[in-house]
Amino acid sequence: MSDLAVAVLSGGLSHERDVSLRSGRRLSAALRSVGLTVDEWDADSALLDRLRTHRPDAVVVALHGVEGEGGSVQTVLEMLDIPYVGADSHACRRAWDKPTAKTELARAGLATPDWVVLPHSTFRELGAKPVLDAMVDRLGLPMMLKPDQSGSALGAQVVRDAADLPAAMVGCLAYGETVLAERYITGVEVAVAVVEGSDGPVALPAVEIEPESGIYDYTARYTAGLTNFHTPARLDPAAAATVAEVAVAAHRLLGLRDVSRTDAIVAPDGTVYFLEVNSSPGLTETSLLPMAAEVAGRSLGDIYADLIERAVARVQ
Amino acid sequence: MSQLEPSGSRSLDPHLRRYAARAAGMTASEVRALFAVASRPEVVSLAGGMPNLTALPLDTLSTQVADLISKDGLVALQYGSAHGMPELRDQICEVMSLEEIRAHPDDVVVTVGSQMALDMVTRIFCDPGDVVLAEGPSYVGALGTFAAYQADVVHVAMDDDGLVPEALRQALASLEAANRPVKFLYTIPNFHNPAGVTMAVARRAEILEICRSHRVLVVEDNPYGLLGFDGQTYPALRSMDPDNVVYLGSFSKTFAAGLRVGWALAPHAVREKLMLAAESATLCPPALNQMIVSRYLATHDWKGQVKSFQSAYRERRDALLTGLDQHMPAGCSWTVPAGGFFVWMTVPEGVDTKAMLPRAVTARVAYVSGTGFYADGFGSRQMRLSFCYPTPERITEGVRRLAAVLAAELELANTFGPINQRAGRGPQVPGPDIA
Repeated sequence: MSDLAVAVLSGGLSHERDVSLRSGRRLSAALRSVGLTVDEWDADSALLDRLRTHRPDAVVVALHGVEGEGGSVQTVLEMLDIPYVGADSHACRRAWDKPTAKTELARAGLATPDWVVLPHSTFRELGAKPVLDAMVDRLGLPMMLKPDQSGSALGAQVVRDAADLPAAMVGCLAYGETVLAERYITGVEVAVAVVEGSDGPVALPAVEIEPESGIYDYTARYTAGLTNFHTPARLDPAAAATVAEVAVAAHRLLGLRDVSRTDAIVAPDGTVYFLEVNSSPGLTETSLLPMAAEVAGRSLGDIYADLIERAVARVQ
Repeated sequence: MSQLEPSGSRSLDPHLRRYAARAAGMTASEVRALFAVASRPEVVSLAGGMPNLTALPLDTLSTQVADLISKDGLVALQYGSAHGMPELRDQICEVMSLEEIRAHPDDVVVTVGSQMALDMVTRIFCDPGDVVLAEGPSYVGALGTFAAYQADVVHVAMDDDGLVPEALRQALASLEAANRPVKFLYTIPNFHNPAGVTMAVARRAEILEICRSHRVLVVEDNPYGLLGFDGQTYPALRSMDPDNVVYLGSFSKTFAAGLRVGWALAPHAVREKLMLAAESATLCPPALNQMIVSRYLATHDWKGQVKSFQSAYRERRDALLTGLDQHMPAGCSWTVPAGGFFVWMTVPEGVDTKAMLPRAVTARVAYVSGTGFYADGFGSRQMRLSFCYPTPERITEGVRRLAAVLAAELELANTFGPINQRAGRGPQVPGPDIA
């Protein structure tokens, strides 16, 4: 194992570059601590030459945003026949597009907050007010607005007053052309990491997220101390089992591989609502997967070293 | 599934309840995250104020630094005085004489960039809740310093001739009526950051007189004064009222920002306190960096170097202004700087430049939203465009991209209605909307 040469890809040009660089640095240190030789590479115009020249034994994609989670880097690695950790390009695309992931899981019978997906052009052509009114009629207030493809809560907003909807739409549409609007569910917010091993995908303990401001936005995510975490989540045993089942089901139904993180809400009636799944989970100092791993008694380095071994074995 | 022992709750910052109130705003932000992308070469950054150093004589400097350490290393690598090295203070007085300042080297305190000098000035004058007057908009780094000392900033309007004297009178009158004494006026008279405008010479005496009559100190921040594109300099406020002006200077724009060498020139009593404050902050400014600056000033044609900077920045400003003329939609207006690094642009009603930033970064162009330059949330229709760092060709490309971003955002504004009317945040101080 220790003679494997690994490349960790981080950075890129997405809005989550900063988060990705931090994920990459932390993961690289963790892998070095378990004896692997690690190069850290940015996803830039030199990347293909580097991959061809150095041909690492495996790549770990710590890129966030569309490059790392939307399947584009995975497609490149598949073309070059270089083993990598994580879902293949097709599954990445399914998971990255939030409406697609919600649709697939809803079809399979999982609960997910009611939603509508609308591009800017619909508002432009039909008039913003009637469409916004229809959204409020359908989803009620508060309402959650998110870009249909985005991470780290960038562009996401809770809208409590209809008068704030136009501004929230403009903020959201600055990140992409299409908005995902969801019914806002009150409850316990949890994140469940799923890691594959010889027994298949296994859920790590759920991390309960309790932001001081009440909203787990970008600031609450990446400012240490602004969110309290409870691991395992303070759920009754039945709810804890359900969130684990939902996370594993999301992982399987979307065809994910190696590792994923599902975000969900546990409503007061015990219903577990799937929100979204992340095929390249954050690994920063404030990220959730490392917390779950720690409570599970596993180090980040050990988890990813195992996944690297699996990735290498897949192509042998 | 793993069977686990509960570990309970945790905060990732066990010191959370111990921070001073002034640390409340020190949090991660989406805007900072977006600027991480702006550092990539694919992005045309019209955001940062990084000086363009390509014209510096790096080979000569390299030899000089090696020689310094070889011959004077025991001084260069040792602690020094909080006051700064005497030879450099003499030279700083010569530099300031270009803007008509007559000063004694004893009244100069060398600092780690002029940012530190501003920090020291604010530290010795401001208690929490004290009022500082500043132009609206004002330098974001100064606003950060004032916030760190919990001072309240009241903005004073500018026009194309800089700070408006009548607006200053009104601000002082209303603050006095509210029994709120003002500690100082912070001003950037020349080639303002971010507004790009210059305080008219005819106004300078009037502004100084207003401040003197209201017993308000003036803090004059002048990092760009020698970077006028036609080589013209203006008499410093300090030259006109030495007893009531603290002057802040810097070598960051005329030589090398990375050396972090700046200074404060202050009346004697103030200077004594500045030195003590500086001593408690850093003990002393870096001796090696002071010696590098001093050697550079003594042996290099630094005035010729400044002329080459002026020429390079003029070419870049022209590229930016030409691009704006060609590509910006109706309803945009901008300042036309005669020096310095920045153009201040106002966009059509309905566009929020802060909300637009992610779209710009996606289009590989970056700017700074105007909201960063106001302490009161104003500035959402403005942006600062820096022309100092990219090449003229890249600036042209950046403006083309920015115009497309703005067009898309205007389409959104047409769809959803005016957005920046919604907030009603803070006093509606007009920015320098002067095309």
